Amino acid sequence: MAICAMAAAGRLRAVKVNKMAAKAVKQEYPKRHDGRGWEDLRKMEAKVGVIPRADGSAMFRIGHTVAYAAVYGPRDLHPKFMQNPETGILRCRYNMMPFSGHGERVRPGTSRRSQEISMLMSKALLPVLDLKEYPKSVVDVFVELPETDAGTRCAGITAAAMALADAGLMMKDMVTSLSMGHYNGKIMADIDGYEDCDVGISDIPIAYIPTLDKFSLLQLDGEVPKEDLLKLLTLAKKKAMDIYKVQQQALKDKFAEPKVK
Amino acid sequence: MTHAHILKYIVKGVRYDGRKFEDYRTITIEPGVSHAAEGSARVRIGETEVIAGVKLSLEKPYPDTPTQGNLMINAELTPMSSPLFETGKPGEQAIELSRVIDRGIRESKAIDLTKLCVKEGEQVWSVMVDIVTVNDAGNLFDAGALAAIAALKNAVFPEVKEDGTVEYAKKTDKHVPLMQTPITITVIKIGDKLLIDPLPDEEQALDARLTIAFNDANMICAMQKGGEIPLAIEDISAIIDLAQEKAKELRKKLQR
Repeated sequence: MAICAMAAAGRLRAVKVNKMAAKAVKQEYPKRHDGRGWEDLRKMEAKVGVIPRADGSAMFRIGHTVAYAAVYGPRDLHPKFMQNPETGILRCRYNMMPFSGHGERVRPGTSRRSQEISMLMSKALLPVLDLKEYPKSVVDVFVELPETDAGTRCAGITAAAMALADAGLMMKDMVTSLSMGHYNGKIMADIDGYEDCDVGISDIPIAYIPTLDKFSLLQLDGEVPKEDLLKLLTLAKKKAMDIYKVQQQALKDKFAEPKVK
Repeated sequence: MTHAHILKYIVKGVRYDGRKFEDYRTITIEPGVSHAAEGSARVRIGETEVIAGVKLSLEKPYPDTPTQGNLMINAELTPMSSPLFETGKPGEQAIELSRVIDRGIRESKAIDLTKLCVKEGEQVWSVMVDIVTVNDAGNLFDAGALAAIAALKNAVFPEVKEDGTVEYAKKTDKHVPLMQTPITITVIKIGDKLLIDPLPDEEQALDARLTIAFNDANMICAMQKGGEIPLAIEDISAIIDLAQEKAKELRKKLQR
């Protein structure tokens, strides 16, 4: 099961014990604690151009998980030895604000967890970009989370994709991302912190590229039979399209022609 | 933008955004922006945006202050908020920002640290305030200080379990004891002109900067000079007068 945001905030051990207990005797979870249906997403909000200083930016909120993303570049890459004469590179940085976790304060700076997520985010986003036009350059994507309630990497990718579009980079499509769940043979969409950490639902974060009909992020923590996984991915595609619409609308809202009165 | 260029217009009394020298941009304070934190606030001054969050934890007190809780102020100049900020360890700019804001809060005795003592010599509350920049369009000092104090005003204690550990998921309605609401005002000097609420270009061109914190009685409680040009006593006096007037304005916004 995923090392959730709460665990990252220093409750790793307690949560693990919790989850093991949950595993040994799987508690009943007949309906979702916040009243959502199994396939329902939490309330979403998206806004493009929220950080005027950046070349592109966006905010994405899903429930109590909020991600800001800022894009800088293409710009010169330093140190020079990292430059690639064939193509520009994409560099992501995922960061939880120190007060954004539900446990203790998250120490500022990188951790093993944040570094892995940063890498996965760039891998999730790169397939829609073509940076060959920008040799030796870097496109920096900075993701910051002021509040978290699971699904942070997914919210980060969703926001980052909008920010890349806002920056005017050529893109094949958006990338849209969410966290799926599996528990006692039941499939669900967009699990929150309580479901991830306290119930112990298997966490399956995915990123989906609609025009390619392919997944660019796939992680899984927990035991899931293959048939269930395939069903779950089919549902994930459908739910991703709901997020896709929110992304598109946010971009339209920024770039729509102002109405003449 | 060169210093000479900025100065040319400042001498004529012109700022790039058309403001008067002693005018702030529009200020908004939005408390409670992060559910995860014990207290939080977003402050916008024009296009500048910062978020401050408060985290509380139970710790062992320092041996020399067994009856006092701890206060820590930290500022993160995120690379998200400006092309000039880099990843990695906090640089001197971030350290100065957090220390200046820290002094305003500490020296005004905004938080009664003895009230944070749970059991003498054994358990006290630690109050950790993190200020994170979202967009740097200048004047992070005033925005950061305002966000920090607004987040502290918004902060409530979490529940404590019987075994003495913190139950972060449950919050009480008990507020962090705030005795004062210090207000921090920064005045910059370019040529012989005094300006408040500088834009990034004006910050680049400044000769001197004076950041002053005022307590509830509008008395000076902390101060820090920045910039490379020294100040005369007349400058300092004029800066204090201007800052003191502005502190009244900002305090009203915070109380609203």
